[in-house]
Amino acid sequence: MLELYDGALDVPAILKRWYEEEAKSNYGAYIPFIGTIRDEDSIEGLSFDVYEPILISWFNSWQNKAKAKGAIIKMAHSKGDVMLHESSYIAAVFSPKRRVALEFIDAFVEDFKASAPIWKYDLKHGERIYAKDRSTAIQGSGILS
Amino acid sequence: MVRVEFLGPIQKDPLALEITNLNELAKILQGDDELGEWLKTSAVAVNDTLVSSLECELKDGDKVSLLPPVCGG
Repeated sequence: MLELYDGALDVPAILKRWYEEEAKSNYGAYIPFIGTIRDEDSIEGLSFDVYEPILISWFNSWQNKAKAKGAIIKMAHSKGDVMLHESSYIAAVFSPKRRVALEFIDAFVEDFKASAPIWKYDLKHGERIYAKDRSTAIQGSGILS
Repeated sequence: MVRVEFLGPIQKDPLALEITNLNELAKILQGDDELGEWLKTSAVAVNDTLVSSLECELKDGDKVSLLPPVCGG
């Protein structure tokens, strides 16, 4: 399940709903990762662009990997502006046993950072500035150059 | 016509081009000063599937997207 929201995520509500959705699915482990905007470099917040068609296919390929291990993934992400101390990202893995979920959440979040078609901007002095130095070129980039 | 889209922070309007493969697109975009460094760092998708080489035929109605470096979360 992939959920996109305009602005900040309502973390308690999402975690609670996901918990309740799977409460009787016989998963022994529910491991969420929550990304929150920190106060650093004088930013007022962050802003995100999302390209949904490729994000959905990227997510579905991970969901298939999870299913092969008897697990499922849920993910929520913000579009647009998210201010300091609000959250823009939740990923969670449900699996029968903890080891699969712990390993999966690590691999999933790392690939999310490297591959998911989402662009981040710092909100500073009323401007929206692309976070170029913190961004990663998707594998296979540069073929047109 | 093939539609070419520039995603995220690449501030460029979409193009509509009469091209039949990605090699032709590469030549056109390499001559576009607006793109600067973006070509070196951007991934390419054809009809929303990422491609890893220029050996890709294009037909009328196809969509090519350029995806610059990402940072979700």
